Formats: sequence, C-alpha cells, structure tokens
Amino acid sequence: MPQPVITARNLTKKYGDFTAVDGIDFEVAPGESFGLLGPNGAGKSTTMRMVGAVSTRTAGDLEILGLDPNDHGPDIRSQLGVVPQQDNLDQELRVRDNLLVYGRYFGLPRSVIAERADALLEFAQLADRTKAKVDDLSGGMKRRLTIARALINEPRILLLDEPTTGLDPQARHILWDRLFRLKEQGTTLVLTTHYMDEAEQLCDRLVVVDKGRIMAEGSPAALIREYSSREVLEVRFGSDKNAEAAEKLKGIGERLEVLPDRILVYSANGEAELERITHLGLEPITSLVRRSSLEDVFLRLTGRSLIE
Amino acid sequence: MTAASPTTSAPLTRQRSALYAGNTGAVIHRGLLATRSTNYLVVLSGFFEPVFYLLSLGIGFGALVGTVQTSTGQEVPYAAFIAPALLAVSAMNGAVYDSTWNVFFKLNYSKLYQGMLTTSLGPLDVALGEILLALLRGAMYAVGFMVVMQLFGLNLAWTALLALPAVLLIAFGFASLGMAITSYMKTFQQIEWVTFIMLPMFLFSATFYPITVYPEPIQWLIQALPLWHGVELVRGLTTGALSGMMLVHVGYYLVMIAIGIVFTTNRLRALFLK
Repeated sequence: MPQPVITARNLTKKYGDFTAVDGIDFEVAPGESFGLLGPNGAGKSTTMRMVGAVSTRTAGDLEILGLDPNDHGPDIRSQLGVVPQQDNLDQELRVRDNLLVYGRYFGLPRSVIAERADALLEFAQLADRTKAKVDDLSGGMKRRLTIARALINEPRILLLDEPTTGLDPQARHILWDRLFRLKEQGTTLVLTTHYMDEAEQLCDRLVVVDKGRIMAEGSPAALIREYSSREVLEVRFGSDKNAEAAEKLKGIGERLEVLPDRILVYSANGEAELERITHLGLEPITSLVRRSSLEDVFLRLTGRSLIE
Repeated sequence: MTAASPTTSAPLTRQRSALYAGNTGAVIHRGLLATRSTNYLVVLSGFFEPVFYLLSLGIGFGALVGTVQTSTGQEVPYAAFIAPALLAVSAMNGAVYDSTWNVFFKLNYSKLYQGMLTTSLGPLDVALGEILLALLRGAMYAVGFMVVMQLFGLNLAWTALLALPAVLLIAFGFASLGMAITSYMKTFQQIEWVTFIMLPMFLFSATFYPITVYPEPIQWLIQALPLWHGVELVRGLTTGALSGMMLVHVGYYLVMIAIGIVFTTNRLRALFLK
C-alpha cells in the first residue's frame, strides 16, 4: 500500500466539555475518494477543519502529506483545496477574478494562475460567465466556482464539506459528474455528506460517523453487505395501525425495523417477503421493494436515520 | 545526517512561518480589485465632511474669531488653526471607516478572512494587508484635504510637506487600532460605540480651540487620546513650529500601530486557526 496522504490516530477535538470528535482513526491513500458519512452534528466538519489545518486537535495524532498540522499549517494548506460547507466566494470580485485573487493567496505567479483559471472555468462550465458577479450565479454555479477555486493551487488533496447540500437534483448531478472526473484524474477526494446516494456515487471507501465516533468503515458495497440485506421491503399500514402490524410481522425477513410511518423488512428477497405478509392476511396500503442503501446501514448502526 | 524519511513526500525547502507568508501583496491586490465594486459616492462623503467643517467654521466662523494662539505661542488665522486638525481628522476618518464597518462585514458576513486563512496566507499577512488598505483610504482623504488647504493658503510653512508622512502615520495608527477593536466585535451595535467615541474625540481634541481652555485634569484626558497627538503633530508641521514634543506624538502612533497589528493578528488566529 502506498504511503497514506492522511493518517489520523485517536483524533480528538473538544470544545469545553463537549467532545465533537471522539478519538477517531482513519487513513486515506493517494488517489482515493474517501467519505465521512453521518448526520448533522456527527463531527464531520470538525474533522475536516482539523484535516484542513485550520483547527488544532485536542488529542491524538494527525499527519497530512507526512506533516503535522500543528507545526506545518501553511505548508499543508498550500497543498490542499478546500470547498467549505457554506460558499465563501469573494462577492466583491467577478467570477474570473475570484480565481486569480485566490491563486495569489498561494503566492503563485500571475501567468500560471491566468492559465489555470481559464482551464478551470472551462472545467466548471463557467467559461461564459467569467465577468459575471458572484451574486448573479445560481447555487450550483457558485459551488462549481468554489470547486474551481479550490483547484487553483493544483492541490494534492481536495476537501469537500457537504458539497451538494442545498442544491436542486439537476445541479447535484452536474456537480457529481465534475467530481467524478476529478476522481478519474487521480485527485484525492475527502468529502463529508449526509446523503447516502452521494456517498455511494463518489466514495471508494467511507467511514460512518455518529456522535464523534466511527461506527463502521468500508466501501459502500461492503458496508451494505455487512450491515444490511440485499433487498428491503418497505410496507405502510397507516400510522395508527403501524405498531399493531409490526407485532404480527415478527419472524418475517432477516430483521425488522419499525419506523413511525413504515416498517422495513430486511431480506434477500423482498417480493417473497411481501407474499408471506399477504398470506398472513395483512394488507399494506403501500409496499415497495428496493436495494439496500447506506441509509439502511446507518439505521442499523445507530437506530436513527441520517436526515432527521 | 540520516536519509530523509520517506514520509516527507513534500520536501521542505524552507519552513513557512505560521504567522506570516510574506504575501501581504496578495491581500492588498485583492482589496484594490474589490474597490471596483464600491460605491464611490459613499467613499467620497467621508472626504467632504472635514472640508465642510473647514468651510463653515474656518472660513465663515473664522471671520469673527480673527487669530488664535497655537500651543507653541504662534498667532495664526483661525482657519489655519483648525485646518491641520481637520487634516488629521480626515486621515482618521478614512482609516476608521474602512477598518471598522468594512472589516466587520468581511469578518462576520462575507467570511473573507476565513477563506484567506484556508490558503497559505498567515494571519499577519491578512492583518497587515487590510490595515494598509484602510491606511490608503485615510491617506487619500488627507492628501485631498491638503490640496484644499493649499488652495486656501492654509499651509503656512514649507514643513507642511512633512504633514504628508505624518498623516500616513496617523492613518496607519487608526487603521491598525481600528481593525484590532473591530476584530473583537460581534454586533453592528458595538461598532456604533466607535462612532459614539469618535465624535467627542473629534470635537474636543484641541481641534477648534486651544487645549488650554480646559482645566488641567481634562487636558490630561484629551492628551491621552490619539487624535490630540495627531492634531498637535500636524498643526506644528503646517504652521512651521517644530518642537521636541513631535517625537512623543510620533512615538504614540508607533506604539498604537504595533499594538493594533499584534492584537489583530492574534485575534485572526484565535478566530480562524484554532
């Protein structure tokens, strides 16, 4: 295995009495696309800030590109690209100037920045908006510009904190496509998300985090194999009959998960389970058979859903 | 010497300081580019304020007053007495507007500094760059005001030329301290306090009459405030009355600049790199 670009051992961050990150361990290999999946408040952003060398750890060890962020903050930051959760584009500058000015923050020569800026605007599909005001861009465009900006220093690691939160489905797909291209080019991606579909699309490997701790680690497919069944049958009986029906469903499928509005039946064969249910004389109002997702993994691990 | 460990895949030719990347130029470049989107009417309004005072009080009211004695015992026309004070005020105004309102917005709303500090810039680069930009606005006001003074014949001696570096020093001091104070503020209301303090300081710092009108304890209070030192320094230069006290005034501003830079840098680090 090649030398990891990020190594965290027992990484901990406390704010007063509150422990935001509670002793986590992980490694990221060069070229890998690594995800932190978890609900809001799980400690994902805090972890990202420590990896980004803008927040000091309370305990544990952290190495980014072989350097300790406590001693080499600027050296590490010069080799990172950061896409924060909330866009912090420079509203007082036009689109292209945002890239030029940001490049100068890294002390890069003007000619190099100008060349990269044009290529990145092309990549971000903003080549026709170079003179636009940042305020006039759509949410998706702003995100793409933020990503382009984060690439101006040709970073060895790109950190993305909730890259598509708040975007409409179409804008999300455009963004995923761009990120997937970066991944294909070999850029190391580290991203946080609370969308399981995003994690499934973009991450080679991920950790599921909850309350500052790592609950599980693996590729999306491996996690689903390990913590869930192949298929899930979702049945609804109406909220007042839900609990009553759940009693009668005991023994059906490999495992049941009773949610306030529906019951999830985990099984290798959802259709067969649905047949068994109707044999019992129960008539769900609606039923749906789908593949297991990371959402199910999370539910299994924490007893809660990702988006609350 | 042992062989370099393979983990340091990025060899360090020189270790960058955590505080300063030597790249203040990038921050200033950004500030100058951003002024393209500023509303120049708002910027200019700050310049005209002391000019209006000069016209109404210096020229108008001054006709009733005649001459006034400066702290060095020189009799000068009233307009020539208040003009250097207003020159110091214009340097102060420009520097303070920029280092309070603008800095507050960039700090808390546009998240500009937060973004800058995720790059290889250090907090000292950002602090110095922003302070120098605020200084620039103060210097622009002051230079404009000096032209007005020259037109009205209120520069009484060749030493008035030295008022130019003096106003730069004054603007630097106010910009530096202003940004330091602003970096601790959380609400717009707190910035109103700055305005609330600046108005009496402007009116009472021996701006419009000699400090000797006050009882001694009040004089001490005025002399502890920064504007009085600026007013005295500039007045000495434009009226041609040089004195050893000027070194004290310059020293006061040098200390003010240093305190401002140290506090701003530490505060930026505490806010965005902890």
